[in-house]
Amino acid sequence: MKASDAWPHPSRRHILSAAGATFAAATIPRWASAAARDPRLVVVVLRGALDGLSAVAPIGDPGYADLHGALALRWDGPHPALRLGDFFGLNPAMVNFARLYGARQALVVHAAATNYRERSHFDGQDVLESGMPGPGQVDSGWLNRAVAALPAGDRVGGARALAVGATAPLVIRGSAPILGWAPSGLAAPTDDLVARLMDLYNHSDPALAKALQAGLDADRLANRQGMDALKPGGDVALLMRKAAEGAARLMAVDDGPRVGALAFDGWDTHANEGGATGRLAQLLGGLDGAFAAFESELGPRWNDTIVVAITEFGRTARINGTVGTDHGTGTVAFLAGGALAGGRVVADWPGLRVADLYEQRDLKPTTDLRAVLKGVLAEHLGLSAEVLARAVFPDTLGVAPMKGLVAA
Amino acid sequence: MTAAEGAWTLAFNRFGLGARPGAAIRSGDPRQALLAELSAEGGARIDRADLPSTPKILQAVYDDDWRRKLERDRQDAARLALLGMPAPSVAALLPPSPLDAAPPAASMMNEPRPAQQFFRVEAQARLEQACSAPIGFVERLTAFWSNHFCVSVAKSDVCRAAAGAFEREAIRPHVLGRFADMLRAVEQHPAMLNFLDNAQSIGPNSIAGHNNRAGLNENLARETLELHTMGVGSGYTQADVTQLAYIITGWTIVGRDGKLGEPGAFAFNANAHEPLAATVRGRLYVEDGVAQGEAALADLAREPATANHIATKLVRHFVADAPDPALVARLAKTFRDSDGDLGALARALAADEAAWRAPAAKVRNPWELTVAAYRAFGRSPSDAGPALSALDLLGMPLWQPGGPNGYSDDSVAAWASPEGMKTRVELAARFAGQIKDAPRPTALLEDVLGPSASAATREAVARAETREQAYALLILSPEFQRR
Repeated sequence: MKASDAWPHPSRRHILSAAGATFAAATIPRWASAAARDPRLVVVVLRGALDGLSAVAPIGDPGYADLHGALALRWDGPHPALRLGDFFGLNPAMVNFARLYGARQALVVHAAATNYRERSHFDGQDVLESGMPGPGQVDSGWLNRAVAALPAGDRVGGARALAVGATAPLVIRGSAPILGWAPSGLAAPTDDLVARLMDLYNHSDPALAKALQAGLDADRLANRQGMDALKPGGDVALLMRKAAEGAARLMAVDDGPRVGALAFDGWDTHANEGGATGRLAQLLGGLDGAFAAFESELGPRWNDTIVVAITEFGRTARINGTVGTDHGTGTVAFLAGGALAGGRVVADWPGLRVADLYEQRDLKPTTDLRAVLKGVLAEHLGLSAEVLARAVFPDTLGVAPMKGLVAA
Repeated sequence: MTAAEGAWTLAFNRFGLGARPGAAIRSGDPRQALLAELSAEGGARIDRADLPSTPKILQAVYDDDWRRKLERDRQDAARLALLGMPAPSVAALLPPSPLDAAPPAASMMNEPRPAQQFFRVEAQARLEQACSAPIGFVERLTAFWSNHFCVSVAKSDVCRAAAGAFEREAIRPHVLGRFADMLRAVEQHPAMLNFLDNAQSIGPNSIAGHNNRAGLNENLARETLELHTMGVGSGYTQADVTQLAYIITGWTIVGRDGKLGEPGAFAFNANAHEPLAATVRGRLYVEDGVAQGEAALADLAREPATANHIATKLVRHFVADAPDPALVARLAKTFRDSDGDLGALARALAADEAAWRAPAAKVRNPWELTVAAYRAFGRSPSDAGPALSALDLLGMPLWQPGGPNGYSDDSVAAWASPEGMKTRVELAARFAGQIKDAPRPTALLEDVLGPSASAATREAVARAETREQAYALLILSPEFQRR
């Protein structure tokens, strides 16, 4: 691997390091030397498949603007992308992430995916969260197995892991004990569920559609009167921030959880996805607020923290007929935290010419997301490659943990 | 979709409480499966040794009331003593307790009341029975009859404590038996006698009446004619109501003192009974104690208006908001010809082509929806709490209808209201969010909706962005909501 902030040719594969920081394969992990370290690790699962090309746009790729059409981010215009170097632009809704990136406390992995190559959300989430080679194989997640694999007496393993939400995300379920917490309102139906249901009713049951619409209208009226604060379809960004704030406060406590998992829904943007503004931008703004909440609520612990946001797969490189994108393959992962060697976009960029695309439609995955996750677990929590390949991500001896993600 | 496959969906949804995972049950003829459930041993009964009889339940309620009264008296006396005033001799004022009432602790005032505890245990038993039924036709019939002869737990502690026992004792044994037997069991059950005030009704010419203790209450007599048998506007008069009320004076509940029998049981109190002949619907009933009222009820059960009333309600509940008159007429004839054999009536409904032909236009009521949701995921709740809250929010609190006419489950408009639909969405999202270890959504859809699922519903479930969202959409799909 090598790093550069230049972009010689869009078809040539390359590792990008937008902030210009080179990182060596031989980085000495901090955990190896500092016994006093007390690491925190948070995994945020973005369910629904995040469009990586609208979140972190390869504006420097000559194929991008055409493929992503109305959704494409730009350097100019009323809502310019936030620069992550000369090639990639961050969605303008993510100002906090951009700030952390500038402070080398955030990084993006692009053109990444798990080994899953079909396009079912449920199976994709199964693989993403279970860490197993295929869907539906276990009911435990890689994060829980990682905690369970830590040696007895370890600070991380000694505290219960935190599951945020009405049900624990699969990634954190398993034999290691977990603590559950949910901000009120999280279980309320999302705008997205209601929109899908209204579609279904409009198509096959106009009477139910009419009744539900009337009920929702009454509800909105009540909301305007300030009668109900956290109601269905309530402010999705607020819910994300609340979940992150609560989780961070619990994890900031001396004897609190060291590992946590959250899941945010709503990323399945088949129609009217929006680009620099609109639905996806609102969601990304919510995620951005969650990163900021972790940073502020963890206080000094932020320096020992890594927050990883991952999604089951990406979306089509080309926009569809309803100004959205359909299920795809390669996408981004966001990492933030004071423990990171950040300020970089890590990518072996595949290019966006038709021949470069996976099955001529999706961003081709060139980085195994599991290598990234294994890298974090190895350098941040101190798990050996052998344990990672056997217990945490079974059958992944061929997927080496990515090195240099954690600051030396 | 073949006719047989569509019929299976109807069997589960229109006649039952929804499919449970495991497609094996869809083999064979769905009509035969319904008939088989009707003839299964035990019928609608709940056989559980841990559920006490009504007298035992009411004795616990009486005892609790008594302890609380003693505790209040004790506290009053203590307060008086604090003020330096002489305490009245409480013990001397009160009749001796039949039980050895232990001195109650102050904390007991905060314990859950026995009435609420019985309610929860009975609710749990009803939920379990509904969730475990093969198809649920018998449980649907039970709910229909329980609603036809409803009591409300909002009336009193007696009703709250005994509502479940009322259903077990007065409704379930007769769901596949004779209407006349159910009618008598209902009108003599302590819960009903309390709910419609007959326990206090006193004949003016009875011994108690001469003592001027109280008077006639015609509430139960009116609802017996208006709701339980003939139906409103079917030809009975105010005189019939009053005469029937006289006839059933003295039908009461044994009090805590046990003077009339076992405390909490039904009793005929001759001292409160109007000791005269009476005429109802032109038929003369000579004074004959409790048998006078029983004879009047038996005749009301055979009124042609009763057959029409029952047949109309049954078709409206199971088949369509606007009942097909020909189907109603056929079922009313079955009712009359069989002398009110409710098993024969249920078989006639299940065998009638018209009951299968009607489109699935009705909306599941909250009870059916809640149970169907649990069944779809192969669950039976270990705690009735969430289901009971769901029923409250959806406007159908268990055993607590707004009036003696029961829940208005006659129309789509009642349940698919704007607020109702919004609440269904909220509850489905919450329910789906708590599901663990369920099958893949698309597989579950096959199991639960089978071939009746529309392409649009299949697509919505398959494309949902999370399992939770897929489960919520499955529950909220028109095919799951309607029957």
